[in-house]
Order: sequence, then C-alpha cells, then structure tokens
Amino acid sequence: MSRERPPLSGSPTLETAQPSGKLGDWLFAGIAWGCGIIVLLLILGIIAVMALGGSHALQVFGPGFLVHAVWNPVVNHYGAAAPVFGTLVTSFIGLLVAVPLAFGVAFFLTEMAPDWLSNPIGTAVELLAAVPSIIFGMWGFFVIVPVMAQDVQPALIDSIGHAPIIGRLFSGAPFGTGLLTGGLILAVMITPFIAAVMRDVFNSMPAVLKESAYGLGSTRWEVMRKVVLPWSRVAVSGGIMLGLGRALGETMAITFVIGNSNRIGASLFSPGNTIASLIALEFPESPAGSLKLSALLALGLILMVISFITLACSRLLLRELRV
Amino acid sequence: MSATVTQAASTRRVATDAGRARRRRLANLSATLLCAVATAIVLAALISILATLVSRGIGGLHLSTFTRMTSPPGSGGGLLNPIVGSIIQTLLAVLFGAPVGLLAGVFLAEFGTGSWVADVVRFVSDMLLSAPSILVGLFVYLILVGPVGHFSGFAGAMSLAILVIPIVVRTTEDMLRLVPTSMREAASALGAPRWKVVMLICVRAARRGIATGILLAVARVSGETAPLLFTSLGNLSWSVDLRAPMASLPVTIYQYAGSAYDDWVQLAWTAALLITAGVLIINIIARIGLGGRDST
Repeated sequence: MSRERPPLSGSPTLETAQPSGKLGDWLFAGIAWGCGIIVLLLILGIIAVMALGGSHALQVFGPGFLVHAVWNPVVNHYGAAAPVFGTLVTSFIGLLVAVPLAFGVAFFLTEMAPDWLSNPIGTAVELLAAVPSIIFGMWGFFVIVPVMAQDVQPALIDSIGHAPIIGRLFSGAPFGTGLLTGGLILAVMITPFIAAVMRDVFNSMPAVLKESAYGLGSTRWEVMRKVVLPWSRVAVSGGIMLGLGRALGETMAITFVIGNSNRIGASLFSPGNTIASLIALEFPESPAGSLKLSALLALGLILMVISFITLACSRLLLRELRV
Repeated sequence: MSATVTQAASTRRVATDAGRARRRRLANLSATLLCAVATAIVLAALISILATLVSRGIGGLHLSTFTRMTSPPGSGGGLLNPIVGSIIQTLLAVLFGAPVGLLAGVFLAEFGTGSWVADVVRFVSDMLLSAPSILVGLFVYLILVGPVGHFSGFAGAMSLAILVIPIVVRTTEDMLRLVPTSMREAASALGAPRWKVVMLICVRAARRGIATGILLAVARVSGETAPLLFTSLGNLSWSVDLRAPMASLPVTIYQYAGSAYDDWVQLAWTAALLITAGVLIINIIARIGLGGRDST
C-alpha cells in the first residue's frame, strides 16, 4: 500500500527549503545569542561607564573618598561616607521592620487563611509591590511624615529618648523626616517582595513534612518554627537579600522623606542622605566634566557594587527555587 | 501507700502536661494573632496609599486636566503633555526592549541550555531586574545625553527599554520552559527548521504568558521616575520631538509635589492618581492573564 503511494508532491520543495532553513537557523540562532549577549553587555557597560566616570574623583580623593563625610561643592571636596552610611542605615531599618512583617504575611497566607481569603489578600500584597516608588514618596511625605513629627517621634523621645545608650538614637528634634522615616517607608516597599518569595518557598515545601508534624500533634506555630523554617531557611534568606537589594537602590521614595543632609548623626531622627537620593538631587547641578559629577559617578559605582554583591548572594541562595 | 505515691506523681505529670499544653496553645495563639496583625498592617498601608491618592487626586480630575498643557502656577494648567510624553516613551521602550528581551529569553530557553554563557546571562538579567534604576539613568545619560549635549525623549525611552528587557527575559524563559518538549520534537520531525519550531510553535504556544510579561513591563516602567530625571528631563511645554527633552507623568509629579503652589501640588496628586490607577489596572489584567501567578 505504502509502496504504491506516489512520492509526496511537497518533497521537492522540502529539499529546496532545506538550505534556506539552515540559513534561517544560523541567522536566528545568531540573533538569539546576540540578544543574550546584549543583556550581558548592558550590565558590563553600566559598571564600566560608572568606573570610567568616577575614576577622576577616586584618583583625586583616593581611599579617603570612602571615609570622608564631606560634600562641599564650594571647595570641591567630596566624600562618600555620609550617603553610604545613610544607605546602609535606612536599608537596615527597612529590613528590621520588613522581615517580621513579610514573615507574618507569608505565614498568614500559606498556613492560616482559607483560600477565599488568601487569594484576594495575596493579590493586594502583590499590588502593593507594583505601586510606583514615587507614589510611596508622596504618601510618605504627606501622610507619614506629619504622623512621625506629631505623634511617633515625640513619644519615642519621651519614652526611650532618656535611656542611657540607645537614647542617643531617639533624640533630637522631631522633624518627621530623617533616617527612621526613610527606613519605615522602605520597609513598606520591600515587604511585598520578601513576602512573595517566602510565600512561594513555604508553598513549595512537600506537604508530607508538614502533615507528619501536624499528625504528631504540633500546633501551627510549632510546624512553622520547627519544620517549615528550618527546611526553607536558605531560600528565605535569599528573599531577604532580594528585599535588601531593592532597598539599597531605592531613589524616589527616599528622596521625599530622608531630609537631605550630608551629615552622619547619631540620632535616627536626624536628616540624612542615601547614595541614590544624593545622586537624584545633586546631579542636575553637576556640569559635565566637573569633579562633582565624577564624585557622583563614583558614588554610583559604590552603589552598583553593594547591590551587585547583595543581589548575587540572593540569586545564589534562591538558585534552586528560581523565584 | 505506693499506690498513692504513683497517683500523686501521675497527677503532677498531668498538671505539668496541662501547663505545657496551655503554653503551646498560648504560643500558637499569639503567633497567629501577630501574623494576622502583620497582614493587617501591610493591607492598611495599601489602603492608606489608595485612599490618600483618591481623596487628594480626584479634586483635580477635570476634563481640562487632559486637554491643557502644564503651565505656570495659577493659570489653570493640565497634564496633557506629561500624559502624551509618558505614553510615547513607554511605547518606545517596549518597542525596543521587548524584542531584545524576547529573543534573549528564547536564547536562554532554547539555545543556551547547558552552556555557561546562558547561566551568566540569566544571572545578570536577574540582577538587572532588581538593580537600582537610577544607575540605569546615569548610564544612559553618559552614553546618549552627555556626548550629544542635550536631554532627549529618545534617551528617556532607551533608559526605560533597559528596564523592560530583564522583565521580558524572565517571563519569556519561564513560559517557554512550560512548553512540552514533545511539541518541539513533533515539529522537528515534520522537517521544520529550528527557527520555525521556536518562533511558530514554542513562542506561539507561550504567547499568552509572554504578552503578560510585556504588560507587566509596561506597568513597571510607566511609573519609573529615577531613570527619566537625567535622560528626558521633563518639559513644561508641548513637545513630541524625540530629540528634545520630553515631559512625563512621574517627573512632573516629582517637580510639582515639592513646589509651593497649591494648584501644582493638586496636579501632582491627580497625576499620581492617574499613574497608580493605570499601573494597578494593567497589573490586574496581567495577573488574570497569567492565572494569578506572580513573576516579579
């Protein structure tokens, strides 16, 4: 039967199509590889351009650039200590608040809430992650800062402001802006990111492990603390690092509430600066080729290196999960 | 005698067991409560943001907001040029960024499997996904604005395109990996060249997810401010020239929110309401398309 069938009428065209198909394959593979390489070149380009632009300032100030807390355009003397300090402090405060919040949200969504409740709440939390950062800035400036100035900061000054050592952290004038407010806004911004990772991690855990613990009579909290957390701690730390990476580079929200001052104050209420907010504020006043612009680019390089290391750690920790 | 001793011991054990059970219940209850409170705090933040935006922004939502240009304080300006500028820059960014991201995603899923180059590209792309966007702005300033000598809408679109790429790469790769290998094998067995297998079979099968990724990218970049500050700068008069500075909603918000004029602050809130509503609606549509799965 099959032997009697005439040759397929399409087969000659198939043969003639073969070389062009090969050419198409070569071209297509080349383009795909090229686009992959573009992504690689982008990040190398960003680092190279920052390093090149910042090299002038780094040469002029040497290693002292990192430890000097000066930012004085009048005498052309710049140092990175104050913005680096502000970046690290606000991100640390942000993490300190965001990690428990995110854990609570993830625990609530995965273990406690029934589906009809956890789905809409989960969506709401993800939408919070989608709100543009400048909106957080406006909200922080017009809603949170007055609350901080009138209620929270005076209360903190009265209660723990007089304590021996930590009192220093909570002293000074209650402006409402400053490192603490910046850190709190960051916390609200990064909580959804950390919570999303934690939720995925908790959900990806084999149900048998949890069920056996429940079967032995464990309470929900015991299952969480003694079974789920130990099992997922690597990926959870990856999620926390991801949140930290976001916090370090946050610009617009911080610029509104940080107070913008290039000092290193002991108090969390004192106005400060972060690398990103300083760049956003000072850049428009830095003419091309000036030492100031070069100093800003050197700051950008420092920020790039810090967030690169943080995000690299995060990716390594999240490797198996690929969230 | 011995009977009473064992009885006493067992009642003591029962008592400590009861105490321990109470402690465990209490710990469980307080943990549960705290987690519910944490969730409530996060939801309260979202509600507070939305409520603030609506209550302060809705007052400036007139027809004239959409038909008039930005103008000096007190002269009843609108948001026409920032809205148009934002749309132009976002569309251009997607036009440039999405194809590159799509093909890079194809590279990761179809061509680079197992090679170290693909591993590095994936790692770097994930990093670009969360890298500080202000640095992208600086980068584009140095290569597209500095040498030319003036700010431009094109530079703004390019900086947004750089932010589009990693989002599209991620969703494209994830979605292509969901396409069963048997479909590729079937197409190859029919004699289709590799590029046809990839573009006409795999990408088409994953088109819904890929489109969702592009939508998410639109949502993400349309609210970005930091990269535009140094690239398209903002423009208070009408301009659709890509070689000139171009207005955009986020930058207008930044310029107006900190000003001392009430009508400018009002316009900033209205712009904030518009952009947030747009971003959230796109996100909700994308989430429906993706079946509720998040992929930030």
